Amino acid sequence: MGALQSYRLRLQRKRWRIRAFRKRRELKPVVNRTDQIQPSDLLLFSTMRNEKVRLPFFLDYYRRMGINHFVIVDNDSDDGSADYLAQYPDVSVWTTKASYKRARFGVDWLNWLQNKYAHGHWTVVVDPDEFLIYPFCDTRPLRALTDWLDASSIRSFGAMLLDMYPKGRLDHQPYKPGQDPIEIASWFDSGNYVMSRNGRYGNLWIQGGPRSRVFFDETPELAPALNKIPLVKWDKRYAYVSSTHMLLPRGLNLVYDEWGGEKASGVLLHAKFIDTFSHKAAEELLRKQHYNASVEYRAYAEKVDQNPDLWCKWSEKYINWRQLEILGLMSKGNWA
Amino acid sequence: MTVGIVMLVHTALDRAEQAARHWASAGCPVVIHVDKMVDRKRYQGFVRALSDLDHIKFSKRYRCEWGTWGLVAASQAASEMILSEFRDVRHVYLASGSCLPLRPVEDLITYLDARPTTDFIESATTADVPWTMGGLDEERFTLRFPFSWKRQRALFDFAVDFQRRFRLHRKMPNALVPHMGSQWWCLTRQTLTAILQDPERHVYDGYFKYVWIPDESYFQTLARLYSTNIESRSLTLSKFDFQGKPHIFYDDHLQLLRRSDCFVARKIWPYADRLYEAFLTDPAGAMKQTEPNPGKIDRIFAKAVDRRTRGRAGLYMQSRFPNEDWENGLTATQYSLFQGFTELFEDFETWLHKTTGARVHGHLFAPNKVYFAEGQTSINGALSDSPKLRDYNAKRFLTNLIWNTRGERQCFQFGPADNQDINWMLAKDPNAQISVISGAWALPLFRSNRDFLDIRKAAANLQKIESDFLDVMRSPHTKARVRIWTMAEFVEAPMEPLQTILDEIGPARDRRLTEAPKMVNLHGFGQFLQNLKNQGMHPYLMGDFPVTQGLDTRAEPVRRPYLVK
Repeated sequence: MGALQSYRLRLQRKRWRIRAFRKRRELKPVVNRTDQIQPSDLLLFSTMRNEKVRLPFFLDYYRRMGINHFVIVDNDSDDGSADYLAQYPDVSVWTTKASYKRARFGVDWLNWLQNKYAHGHWTVVVDPDEFLIYPFCDTRPLRALTDWLDASSIRSFGAMLLDMYPKGRLDHQPYKPGQDPIEIASWFDSGNYVMSRNGRYGNLWIQGGPRSRVFFDETPELAPALNKIPLVKWDKRYAYVSSTHMLLPRGLNLVYDEWGGEKASGVLLHAKFIDTFSHKAAEELLRKQHYNASVEYRAYAEKVDQNPDLWCKWSEKYINWRQLEILGLMSKGNWA
Repeated sequence: MTVGIVMLVHTALDRAEQAARHWASAGCPVVIHVDKMVDRKRYQGFVRALSDLDHIKFSKRYRCEWGTWGLVAASQAASEMILSEFRDVRHVYLASGSCLPLRPVEDLITYLDARPTTDFIESATTADVPWTMGGLDEERFTLRFPFSWKRQRALFDFAVDFQRRFRLHRKMPNALVPHMGSQWWCLTRQTLTAILQDPERHVYDGYFKYVWIPDESYFQTLARLYSTNIESRSLTLSKFDFQGKPHIFYDDHLQLLRRSDCFVARKIWPYADRLYEAFLTDPAGAMKQTEPNPGKIDRIFAKAVDRRTRGRAGLYMQSRFPNEDWENGLTATQYSLFQGFTELFEDFETWLHKTTGARVHGHLFAPNKVYFAEGQTSINGALSDSPKLRDYNAKRFLTNLIWNTRGERQCFQFGPADNQDINWMLAKDPNAQISVISGAWALPLFRSNRDFLDIRKAAANLQKIESDFLDVMRSPHTKARVRIWTMAEFVEAPMEPLQTILDEIGPARDRRLTEAPKMVNLHGFGQFLQNLKNQGMHPYLMGDFPVTQGLDTRAEPVRRPYLVK
């Protein structure tokens, strides 16, 4: 990388930070308990809209993992999400009525809050339908991982988005609050992912899975990106560029090994495809607040009427992280 | 006579306190060195917490930064203290605050009592052991390292480069032979005092102050001068990964540690409550009823290092994306590619499947469809038959297919009409077994009902593509096992090449097969080629096909049944 390119990226990073600074005024605190954050706390940042039904399990899942404090941006929910969140002592909530799209799909808001509250902390950034799986997550808390990453001088940890889906119609099994959505959406595609290197930011660009297979089989280049870097030892100079797909400075994107070895990595189980999906897709299609003119939701809408079955004969049923490791979707790296 | 513990502590003071109490309660005197980096308040709290035990003492504090002299200075000071304050100490055991005694302390005392003159210190000459990391082995001793690797990386690298360039090399004082090994040792009073009270000590100390990571070499080198009985191994179980940083033990290692026969393990994660509980509250119970199996720990950690450095062959994923030629195996396992066989033989795929038991696909890379075996619309790993998805990244399609079906041999048909993006990858892949009957693409044209002008055009195009393909397969960079026959050659004697291919694929299924693949009717093919020639399109890839040969093949229907042994 030349000095010029390096300088350009530096300017770009500053631009995103300035943008985040400007967007801070769109956020109104509902309850701010960030003064309780201890220096070694693990934090979780998320932006959400009308996800109340998912919240009980979501909070519980990450609390059990060892998250000490949740920082949530509520984007104008009308289902009482904000009030629900505000009642918990380990949650801080901001709310905004501003455009999700113009905040670059929430990235600006979270960049601002992270820069303000996450400096020096290990930070998880996920959506409410994403569940982090990392090696040994059934026996070791998240702090074991972050301690090990610290000791190994690693600043960021990659976890690919793994789309989960039920067998049969999406609306067949209703989701109840507090339920583990993976009980319903327990299937996934194990081996149809393609990836290429993004020359500018250095990250991998991964596509594939059921969404490619069913919704984008004619236009694979439009299929959504699945590469994610949700766990970062945050520094206020950092900025997410596009969702949690990539960051600046670009060294943080090097979560893969280029010399034949495997770095440790995890998976984000993506429990998007449950009965709430079609309602959500219809709503998002009207709001047009999603990436690339909501191309994803348009593609869904075309097929959702036919009630597609994402499940196929070769779908795998989720068991645990070791299964994902053996299938080659994630890796222990040298963590033993 | 007893063993004294020297404990180097820098973090997790609560765990260090637990371990110190454990040692002390078994009657071992303990001298603790606390890193100077620990602030005064925490240090004093720690001292107070242990003040009830009079055979726990604290030595003068040094600043201990990884890779620097401070660690040796700390060990020296604490060792001197324990030797002078506790006269009945015969062995001194160097441990850290994150060490956990696995076996009852009495076991260790008994063990050392039985070996009163043995020094347990891992100590190997640098020339013989390539275990150092980061390219500095010999140079640890010949260069000076005044800068911190952790805090002053640029200066550190600069100093190394500078000394290399100007050949500023040091000599070992008094012709010492440099030795290295684990920094956790257990030395006898005799050896340790000889090192500490050596009249030349200031010379050695002055030298080792600028050695890189002296805690791995100071005692290891000097012990060789005085010890009468060195056992070159550490009593502390400590595993290092490829960056030279210790592996950490967690709660889920409990069973493993139970089966280790080491006295002490390092390094324990401070929050591993179950480990501390199991080994410190009931050490006798922790080790009981388990057959020691120390090799298992070695294997697990060796595998982890291998996973990190070499990875799984043929896997491309979010945290393994090798640069070209660094794949350690382009694909996961062996597979076979056939070009021209389905054209020449009737129902070749079924025959091959029956004969070998392998999964035989059609043209996986055909332009209009992915022809999976048995007409499936998707295959292992939910790999789709959409040609657009496949062509979006044809190389990954192939590597995914081979990875997903590992354990089962895959065969597929290929041809000049198919997507040629994978040619170079195929050629460079030692797992690929490639068999080509060149020119066989002309057979479907020969039997097609198309205008001759079209046929001529198509033939010219296919011949060009196949010719390029063959050039790649014959390149000096090719690592695949490639076999190429012209069609004329193959038709002449088909059994021998088939036998070779099958033998290489592996033993057939137990069911014996007596059936040979049936060749398509070649009657008139020679004339067809001649017609192409007459039109100015010279088909040369099929070899010399006499105009009348088609008749001969037809006249020779009695062929010995093909037997597979």
